Amino acid sequence: MTRAALKSFRLWGLVPAWALMGLTLIIPVAIVAGVSLADRGPYGGFNWALNVSSYREILFTMGWTDELEFDPKYLVIIGRTLAYGLATTAICMALSVPVAYVIANARENWKPFLVYLVTLPFWVSMIVRVYAWLIILGNEGLAEKTWKFFGGGDVDTFLFTPGAMLTGMVYSYIPLMVLPVYAAIEKLDPALLEASHDLYGNRWTTLRRVILPLTWPGLAAGAILVFVPAIGTVLEPMLLGGGKQMMMGTLIQTQFGGGRNWPFGAAIAMVLMAMVVIVLVLNARRAAAIAREMEP
Amino acid sequence: MARGKAVEVYNVSKRFGSYQALDQVSFTIHENEFFTLLGPSGCGKTTLLRMIAGFESPSEGAILLNGAEIETLPPHRRRVNTVFQSYALFPHMTLAQNIAFGLENLGWDRKRREARVAEMLELVHMTQFAARRPAQLSGGQRQRIALARALAPEPQVLLLDEPLSALDLKLRQAMRDELRSLQKKTGITFIFVTHDQEEALDMSDRICVLGEGRIQQLGTPAEIYEDPENRFVADFIGETNFLAAEVLSVEGDMARIRTPFGLEITARQKGLTGPGPATLSLRPEKIGMQSQADGHVLQGTVRGRNYMGGFTHYTVDVAGQPLRVSRRNALSHAESFEPGQTVSLGFREDSARVLAQ
Repeated sequence: MTRAALKSFRLWGLVPAWALMGLTLIIPVAIVAGVSLADRGPYGGFNWALNVSSYREILFTMGWTDELEFDPKYLVIIGRTLAYGLATTAICMALSVPVAYVIANARENWKPFLVYLVTLPFWVSMIVRVYAWLIILGNEGLAEKTWKFFGGGDVDTFLFTPGAMLTGMVYSYIPLMVLPVYAAIEKLDPALLEASHDLYGNRWTTLRRVILPLTWPGLAAGAILVFVPAIGTVLEPMLLGGGKQMMMGTLIQTQFGGGRNWPFGAAIAMVLMAMVVIVLVLNARRAAAIAREMEP
Repeated sequence: MARGKAVEVYNVSKRFGSYQALDQVSFTIHENEFFTLLGPSGCGKTTLLRMIAGFESPSEGAILLNGAEIETLPPHRRRVNTVFQSYALFPHMTLAQNIAFGLENLGWDRKRREARVAEMLELVHMTQFAARRPAQLSGGQRQRIALARALAPEPQVLLLDEPLSALDLKLRQAMRDELRSLQKKTGITFIFVTHDQEEALDMSDRICVLGEGRIQQLGTPAEIYEDPENRFVADFIGETNFLAAEVLSVEGDMARIRTPFGLEITARQKGLTGPGPATLSLRPEKIGMQSQADGHVLQGTVRGRNYMGGFTHYTVDVAGQPLRVSRRNALSHAESFEPGQTVSLGFREDSARVLAQ
């Protein structure tokens, strides 16, 4: 191939990729951004405009006397979303390390099967799986029966509590953490663990000073993969939380649905996206810093 | 010289499934000794080392460290450190942090730790690299840091698992001398595992030759080379000619034998009890050629020649029996023999060894 032909191949060869990105990512996001600046239609829908009132609405409400009053109710929702996202990520992390460790140290011919088991839930629709938890945690469900079997006292219900929501979220997203953590632990040179034990490091020291620092990239990747969908989640707060705990995902859903306030829903969606982008940028910077440090 | 016992190995056996890696191995390593476990791959030498470190446990038998049973001690409770074949330096730590790792785990205070790290870096001539990371080092430098890290906690015994195998030839030579002098300087017992017989002969106080899971011979380098216990050792250490021989009589450690050339000689023997077939081992450098032919003289024809610089190796055909002969090129115009040339060879009885077949 000549230089010119190569150049034109590079240009035109990427057309399908750009087309896909444009159609599925850039254009839809641009539309949502546009809607967030539009005027609210009287019966849902919107009229194109350039109006920041939807964003203003996140922090202020219009008082009786037509003046803006600071109102933290949506900030509370954003904070709650972040808190649940972080909690889900932390719990997934704590549970994934031992699981991934067991898989990485399993017999060679068992590993593919164990990895397959981790990915198995993805074969069933998310809604069905969350509904399954509704039954497990519901009245006279498996959770309550097990609780009573071990002598637990009377419980009102497990359902529609923050615990139920967290359980559902951890359950939904933990495979996304286990896989990168497993990949990182698998790559870990077993001689390094032996070296740690040889140099008087017990299990805890070895975990803290050798395993965790060296698998940190996997943990960070898993944290991103869990945190990002977790802060946008809709199903768990709706079904398992009983809608009692409003989250950003459910807020957006209600604004486009019953609330008939598309511009406000779009504005919240943009805030959510900004949060995701900030997390991704911070992660990329940190990864670059680590790469610089490890570089020869 | 009465010396304390650093490591005692009693009747140790190790099975992996149906594979017998070690079979009833016993020996004692003295304090301040440079002890080498030598053998081909799969002979069980690394398994033995890993058992002393605590990464494997014997199927049978016992290992004592300074007179105390260590069976129940996990690796991190044994005052033994290892230089790993791959070095296993922690890639996320600086060299100083690598060396300090063991000291921190032993609970040394900061001041003492820093002094020791500096001392160790000095010992391996790496002081100016303290703040670097392992990825920034060459193979030889990594090797030195691995040594410094393992020596820093003042272990009772230092285990070295083929530490030179990843280095190039020149560096390997230099590191041999360095390891040897480090051992003398620190006075720590070194247990060195290698499959390289030259390394073993060069560095060790004593060598334990392992083969097929058993001790084939244990002795000083000279004993092992000059007086091999059996065919396995004679073959594995150095180069030799094996000739089929017939034992006529055995008297103590001497045997009267008939060689394939029809000669009858009396030579040192190992492992023989009476008349029957045996093997005669004759080292190539112990056979003289032409002007150097001494003792029993044979006539032969040069078949092949390998010029090695300091030495020339000849293959000489004697009555249909090929013999390897090594000749030192002592003078710059040393005489050289062409293939096809007839030469006389000579060997003395006292450099021949008779071994069981």
